[in-house]
Amino acid sequence: MRILVVEDDPILADGLRTGLSLTGATVDAVGTCEDADTALATSRYSAVVLDIMLPDGSGLDLLRKLRGRRDATPVLLLTARDSVGDKVSGLDSGADDYLAKPFDLDELAARLRAIVRREGGRAAPAMTHGAIVLSPADLSATVAGEPINLSRREFAILAALMERPEQVRSRAELEERLYGWQEDVESNAVEVHIHNLRNKIGKDTIQTLRGVGYRMGTAR
Amino acid sequence: MLLAATGIVWLAAVVWIYVGSRDEVEHVLDTRLQEAARMVASLASGFDTLPGSSTPSAVQPLGSYERQLSCQIWSLDGRMVAKSSGAPDQQLSPAASGFSDRIIDGEPWRVFSVEDADHNLRVMVGDRVGLRERLVTDLIKGLMWPALLIAPLLGAAIWASVGQGLRPLRRMAQDLGAREPDDMRHVETERAPTEVRPLAVALNGLLSRVEAARRHEREVTAFAAHELRTPLAGLKTQAQVALAADDPKVVRGALEQIVTAVDRSARLVRQLLTIARLDSDTADAPLAPVAVGPILEEIVAATPRHERTTVTIDESVRTMTLNTNAECLQLALRNLHENAVQHTREGRVAWTARGHALVIEDEGPGIPADELDQIGKRFFRGRLRSPIGSGLGLAIVKLALAKVGAKLTLSNREGRSGTRSELTFDV
Repeated sequence: MRILVVEDDPILADGLRTGLSLTGATVDAVGTCEDADTALATSRYSAVVLDIMLPDGSGLDLLRKLRGRRDATPVLLLTARDSVGDKVSGLDSGADDYLAKPFDLDELAARLRAIVRREGGRAAPAMTHGAIVLSPADLSATVAGEPINLSRREFAILAALMERPEQVRSRAELEERLYGWQEDVESNAVEVHIHNLRNKIGKDTIQTLRGVGYRMGTAR
Repeated sequence: MLLAATGIVWLAAVVWIYVGSRDEVEHVLDTRLQEAARMVASLASGFDTLPGSSTPSAVQPLGSYERQLSCQIWSLDGRMVAKSSGAPDQQLSPAASGFSDRIIDGEPWRVFSVEDADHNLRVMVGDRVGLRERLVTDLIKGLMWPALLIAPLLGAAIWASVGQGLRPLRRMAQDLGAREPDDMRHVETERAPTEVRPLAVALNGLLSRVEAARRHEREVTAFAAHELRTPLAGLKTQAQVALAADDPKVVRGALEQIVTAVDRSARLVRQLLTIARLDSDTADAPLAPVAVGPILEEIVAATPRHERTTVTIDESVRTMTLNTNAECLQLALRNLHENAVQHTREGRVAWTARGHALVIEDEGPGIPADELDQIGKRFFRGRLRSPIGSGLGLAIVKLALAKVGAKLTLSNREGRSGTRSELTFDV
């Protein structure tokens, strides 16, 4: 999961970046509506954590703008006001969920997983492809019931491929999922992770389409 | 109410007319008695002798007021010389001359007598008081009938026109009565009649002011909620990161962030308490001569600043003495100084004096023009906020200065970026 955090308080933004990374997400953080707008226009995010009161405007306006240009990226609002009216106006502006500050980090991560899952059209919390079952909640994976050990990045790549098993994902796309802005992308990292994944879950599970990218092999 | 008042006025008018016309009628009738008596006296004096007893006149009564007057002529030695037809036989009046009231045959009479000593005559003319009163009563009755007819018509007209006149007010009252508590829409003034329009306009003015006050309150509440809950959210998130992370570096980083967050929260609490104290103490602060230099130097020394930012205090400020309150001055200077150094990442923060005004100029980004009138509202933080502000500093400055009768003027510097704050003190 690649998450955009839009929050101007430096301590909270830092906490969200570190905390969500611990749950396997790649996190970018911005502090203004303007930066968020640019980030959303240039990168694809699995979900956005959006503070309502930002220095250069209201998060709700940003949200309406986003929905106005038919961007369906799931958005979770962070609000300091928890009156019913605020929740209603937030959800009516196109938010998928909201949390009132101060919130629980685990709850935030769970809600993010839920809105990402719903956006992907899945109801079950676990992702399944043939014998492979991924559980994003605890970053665990099993193949035919046998638990296997995946690193955070291996898990992220497998999850990205399993979101739409029939769809081909380019290397750049997978890299974008893996790395935030501050991180340097290692040139052959994706190939390395794919190689390791094949060793752990079976050679045919991931297909390589030369010059195009990767996709899941036929489910057995 | 209006009808009762009209009824009372109407009744009073009737009484007034009754009394007035009775007096008038009596006056007229008295004059007639007087004239008749004089006329008879002058006629009678033309005869040397009068017949012993008069012959009754053959004139027949024609109406109820006919033969109202009765006349008697007596000799001075007490013989009746003559009387008009219908006049009683009894002497009308014992008085020699002038008006008198008498009861004759059980009936009250009003009599006027004239004495003519030369001709040995006394003429008496009288009329029955009962007849007089009937005359007055008939007169009043004649007036009352049309009045009684008019009264209900008038009442109905008053009722209808007052109802018509009050209808816009009633409509307004219904409209206002049916409103939700937060419905501050203006009442309609276009269709309101001229008499009600000033009221409607004044009401709209009040609604606008209440709405503005409510909006201000809502904003402050929203700002406050954000400023108070965000640091808590930061603290909790960092604490959960520290609990969940295995990497000692991550744990340490989170703990350091927690320490910073607690420092900031402590500052926020301090500022909130300061505001609460300034708010609750409504009295003006006691004034005394205060040396500005030492206070400012202490503040500058205690406030951390960016590495490449310098602070200068002009000599004129170091030697300045103001008749003010040391605590309020310290609060104002500290918050202004903190603002200046927080926003100046690189450059100079300069304190200077201009007469009785203290000026601080920074080289930060300044204040966006559209925010100049909002700045100083509690918890308001502009677009160019510093990461550690609370939105309370300028509110504190304004409160503290108000207590010592001083004024703050904020502006953007001319010719370069930066904020200029001027404190003007009363001499």
